[in-house]
Amino acid sequence: MQNDPRKALALISGGLDSMLAARVVLEQGVHVEGINFFTGFCVEGHTHAIRRGRDSARPRRNNALWVAEQLGIRLHIVDVVEPYKDVVLNPRHGYGANLNPCLDCKIFMLGEAVEWIEAHDFDFIVTGEVMGQRPKSQRKQSMPLVARESSAGDRLLRPLCARNLPQTLPEREGWVRREALHGFSGRSRKPQMRLAARFGITDYAQPAGGCCFLTDANYTKKLEDLWAHRDGRRYELDDIMLLKVGRHLRPRPHFKMIVAREEGEVQFLEGYCKQFTHLRTVSHGGPLALVEGDTDEDDLALAAAITARFSQGRNAHTVEVSVHRGDRSRNLRVRPMQADKIRPDWYL
Amino acid sequence: MEHELDARRLLCPMPVIRTQDKIKTLAPGDVLTVTATDPGALSDIPAWCRINGHSVDRSWEDGTEVHIRIRVGDG
Ligand code: SF4
Repeated sequence: MQNDPRKALALISGGLDSMLAARVVLEQGVHVEGINFFTGFCVEGHTHAIRRGRDSARPRRNNALWVAEQLGIRLHIVDVVEPYKDVVLNPRHGYGANLNPCLDCKIFMLGEAVEWIEAHDFDFIVTGEVMGQRPKSQRKQSMPLVARESSAGDRLLRPLCARNLPQTLPEREGWVRREALHGFSGRSRKPQMRLAARFGITDYAQPAGGCCFLTDANYTKKLEDLWAHRDGRRYELDDIMLLKVGRHLRPRPHFKMIVAREEGEVQFLEGYCKQFTHLRTVSHGGPLALVEGDTDEDDLALAAAITARFSQGRNAHTVEVSVHRGDRSRNLRVRPMQADKIRPDWYL
Repeated sequence: MEHELDARRLLCPMPVIRTQDKIKTLAPGDVLTVTATDPGALSDIPAWCRINGHSVDRSWEDGTEVHIRIRVGDG
């Protein structure tokens, strides 16, 4: 009688490497399911959804779901927004070039995967890591550290670079054949491209600098501004979503504005109107602007002039702007702020 | 049994996560209608259903909202 196949959980980011890693293990007759973590900082989806709007001709897809479907495996998407905060705020191994805590992030995700396989009676974990691919988290020394600190230990198989690493449990037990694994290393993407071609995989998300907004310098600047202007380093999901949308300006230390740049962003920001003081242009077509912070009359007049600046009335003598706070609203007539009066350092 | 899920104002993949978590509590054959405002849900939720063994009876748009009617599979 044939034994049931061994079961592996593959971390699926939506990119090529994790797709290939899962595929290599599938080829060996292992039952594979995928897991994908939603941290709130993922580049996947949101911004594309917001900015392209509903009328876009380009098909939009969640790459992790798409990869799972191509591979014919199940995908479990896990909301880790809350526990992930500690990873972002207090990374034990520090940050990369921006606010990306890659090493801690990997340890965290693998730790979650370990809990998952233990709860679901799976045998091992698969990742698409390649030695030396990323500056810090995929250095040779980092590989055993990640395996150890996540408590995955030798239950962690990295099929794309396994041949450069000590044998793992699935290899030792003969669940997978080491000869059928790979020994990729370094920054070149050629071996992955070749393997993709061998599997007949032609369509995949282009490998980008990182899988999340924390590697993005502009985004990081806005996040640091947020922390600098509130009582300490903390955030909620809404905060980090809003940082992905619109133009952000801080005209005064005690308030900032988020100004929609196009229709999709207006629609998205509409969802926050109940929580925020917000402004709309009345006499001319224009954006929706949210205001965050304690504002007095002068501040609101300034915010109105800035909102008018980004409206179709930017060259008009005056523009009528409605200001909404809670259930109350009133209209102000303001002069649109001149472009050169908007100081460059207001832009975040 | 018929069930409903309000996933409005959530951006993908949150509507998918909510759908997945809700379906965990349902029985095979149950029907779940999800309402969302992120149009991406129209492609993501059916994709999630296909790979996880559930079927989509119908999906439709209505103004700024999208609706997906799912029949829970054997899982
Ligand atoms: S880029 Fe972001 S998601 Fe990817 S490992 Fe680094 S912190 Fe984690």
